[in-house]
Amino acid sequence: MATLVIAGHGMVGHKLVEELLDRGAPGEWEIVVFCEERRMAYDRVHLSSFFEGVSADELSLVDPALLEVPGVRVHVGDPAIRIDREAHTVTSAMGRTVRYDALVLATGSTPFVPPIPGNDAEGCFVYRTIDDLEAIADFAVGCRSGAVVGGGLLGLEAANALRSLGLETHVVEFAPRLMPMQVDDGGGTVLRRRIEDLGVHVHTGCQTTEVARGDRGQVTGMCFAEGDPLEVDLVVFSAGIRPRDDLARGCDLAVGERGGVLVDERCRTSDPDIYAIGECAVAAGRTWGLVAPGYQMARLVADQLIGAVDTTFTGADMSTKLKLLGIDVASFGTLEGGEEVTYVDPIGDVYRKLVVDREGPRLLGGILVGDAAGYDALLSMARGDLPTPADVAALAAPSSAPVAVGADQLGDSALICSCNSVTKGEICAAVCDGTTTKAGSTCGGCKQLVATITKAQLRALGKVVSDAICEHFDFTRQQLFDLVRFERIESFAELLALHGKGRGCEVCKPAVASMLATLTNRYILDGEDASLQDTNDHFLANLQKDGTYSVVPRVPGGEITPAQLIAIGEVAGEFGLYTKITGGQRIDLFGARVEQLPLIWERLIAAGMESGHAYGKALRTVKSCVGLTWCRYGVQDSTTMAITLEERYRGLRSPHKLKMAVSGCTRECAEAQGKDVGVIATEKGWNLFVAGNGGMRPRHATLLASDLDDETLIRAIDRFLMFYVRTADRLERTSVWFEKLEGGIDYLREVVFEDSLGIGADLDEAMERHVATYECEWKATLESPERLARFRSFVNSDDPDPTVVFVKERGQIRPARADEKAAIR
Amino acid sequence: MAWKDVCPVALLTPNRGVAALFGEQQVAIFYVDPDDEVVAIDNIDPFSGAAVLSRGIVGSVGDALTVASPVFKQRFDLRTGVCVDEPDVRIATFPARVHEGRVQVDV
Repeated sequence: MATLVIAGHGMVGHKLVEELLDRGAPGEWEIVVFCEERRMAYDRVHLSSFFEGVSADELSLVDPALLEVPGVRVHVGDPAIRIDREAHTVTSAMGRTVRYDALVLATGSTPFVPPIPGNDAEGCFVYRTIDDLEAIADFAVGCRSGAVVGGGLLGLEAANALRSLGLETHVVEFAPRLMPMQVDDGGGTVLRRRIEDLGVHVHTGCQTTEVARGDRGQVTGMCFAEGDPLEVDLVVFSAGIRPRDDLARGCDLAVGERGGVLVDERCRTSDPDIYAIGECAVAAGRTWGLVAPGYQMARLVADQLIGAVDTTFTGADMSTKLKLLGIDVASFGTLEGGEEVTYVDPIGDVYRKLVVDREGPRLLGGILVGDAAGYDALLSMARGDLPTPADVAALAAPSSAPVAVGADQLGDSALICSCNSVTKGEICAAVCDGTTTKAGSTCGGCKQLVATITKAQLRALGKVVSDAICEHFDFTRQQLFDLVRFERIESFAELLALHGKGRGCEVCKPAVASMLATLTNRYILDGEDASLQDTNDHFLANLQKDGTYSVVPRVPGGEITPAQLIAIGEVAGEFGLYTKITGGQRIDLFGARVEQLPLIWERLIAAGMESGHAYGKALRTVKSCVGLTWCRYGVQDSTTMAITLEERYRGLRSPHKLKMAVSGCTRECAEAQGKDVGVIATEKGWNLFVAGNGGMRPRHATLLASDLDDETLIRAIDRFLMFYVRTADRLERTSVWFEKLEGGIDYLREVVFEDSLGIGADLDEAMERHVATYECEWKATLESPERLARFRSFVNSDDPDPTVVFVKERGQIRPARADEKAAIR
Repeated sequence: MAWKDVCPVALLTPNRGVAALFGEQQVAIFYVDPDDEVVAIDNIDPFSGAAVLSRGIVGSVGDALTVASPVFKQRFDLRTGVCVDEPDVRIATFPARVHEGRVQVDV
């Protein structure tokens, strides 16, 4: 068997491995991969999402099973450092020497750091690997401001990262405009204004000459060829990339004038046994800094290695659509050799330029900044997959841009995903076979179009695409919520009669009960409502495996008096309950029978406590630290804020449970970034994080806003919660809801702070109504003999449930196991 | 038939259950609206062993009248006792009626 060595396990190196596996290569080739980083290939295109809480594991492109595939070996954390062409060997940093029959260089590129004094000071970083990002995040703690050198695509991503870390952010660009490679002056101006609106300081036409250092050698600022110096605590260099060709140079392979390994149209270097692909290669006369051409090269080399199709690389489509700092930026086709049609909206900050060949006319390419409406259709026209209409000039305005490509307008050969080279025909075939393609899995720019094609194909196959909540309603939870709200529906029976069928079930009944509770804030167990609730809400306690319930009094912010602690202890002792401290700074009392619940609550309420709603899809707890009141490091009063929030949102019914936390400083002792709503104190106010989660599927929360005062913070949480309550699916936590939210954090910011949907006042009013009408459900229950009537184990007997049996363990009760019950009998 | 008295029918919440105890036997009884009908099944959930079926949510699966166990959510046909989600599992059902304003079951 022949040996293939791949130097580099980035996105393109890994793509080559995948393509070879798809082609059944392990029968012919033994594959050895040298991977420099301590992580195997991961998604560098979405690297910045790391700062939005996407973990390194989630970014990984590698199925761990890869390491088990016979004939594939990946040496992680061990880069190739030397090639001996005569001996046909590659040697690694750890001293491994492997003989190759074919060698592929996929070493990628390295960030260019300008040769200026101080460029290696403590606090200088580059933006390329997950390790880089982790280092930036660590260092940023305690920093006030940061600058990015380079206003290109990656530079703006880095600027967004600094911004999300809460730093005052500067972008310093040598060229006279931002993104000089992708957009023209007009687009650059719009981009700049939009970015400045976000509070990022932009300095263009500005040459950095030195990084100023303090007495410890740390970054203190930047000096420029002209103009005043800038005080910053952290600098990220993102001034372009350089192909990594040192391996090639070390063995005298031909390299390009400006670096990069020279290859022919089959990606062969000057040595026929050595290939180069991706960003380290100079192919068709240039380097290619996007992932799509790299993937194209990987496929081409995979074909050659198994002696298949004779394809060549003669250039690639560099069309891209991305969101930078929430701003649409797209560039597609060619921008030369035609007439220019430009649309500028200086009020809304939109710039769109189309380049059109008069003959035909035919759309050649374009630049869209601030509004990329119609990108899919325009790109299809530029590629010739869709005809260009005669009034093409009108398409420049976003309002008259082609709305979306209809799936049936495209031919089967139309290329939908350029990263993975997937055509419309292949997507349709995959839908028919029930398989999948990789379309949309890399840069994600084509996702919308892929969804349109998939749905159309499913419909063509006669398969209905249903998001219905259950068999009784052909609606999603969100649609049902809107129906209930707009039609002022007061009961489940009314909703079922108007919009449903059958009797309802354990899915739709509690979901509708929750909506009615949110909208009316009425007692949840009167009249028909009583039949809709899950047993937890029905008995206002948490069902355990043996049919008993647990009780959790509210402990706002985790603050509890000694008298209350004693009261809880006395109740537990008297009723023989098992006690345990919860993760949310409360005390859970287990083993109560239904008839004991009112007696227990009578005591707890007398001691000044109230329902903790541990049984409800509602606010559970707002965890907090002691903050500046006691802690040497605290900068705000986190306990008071936690109590304020808990008392404000207690009892709010929502699609799923809600957890919150408030930390008094960036040490984050309350673990706010793992909560649905997390508040972290800053010197100036509060940072608000949302959509975090612990539990089964942890998600690091995303920063929604920084340095808010108390009032703005509370208003923002009001709107965030109400918006979630109205739009989430049933049993969908904020983390999952947020990940499905089109437009992500920027969209959410617009809804919350700019009222982009025009529903702000409505959300505020709904929350005010909730706050004004809150009552403790247990207090309301104890006041009414009618409501108390349901708290009986048996309707015909006062005996306790004979199936409930406890044994003692570590001085407390626990449910007896089946064998123990048998022994007792 | 040996009808045993349970309670006044007015004590039952429509489409919600109550439990009744007869010696060792626990029975879950439901008043079904709008059918004006009472049905009775074994109160023990066979999947968890807990006596909780009376606390489940009443609903329908197709034409079947069902209750969902509050522990692990398996649904049982209230008229036949068959578990809709695992038809091999079947629980006992008991004749039930409303007689002169009182619920009666034959256990």
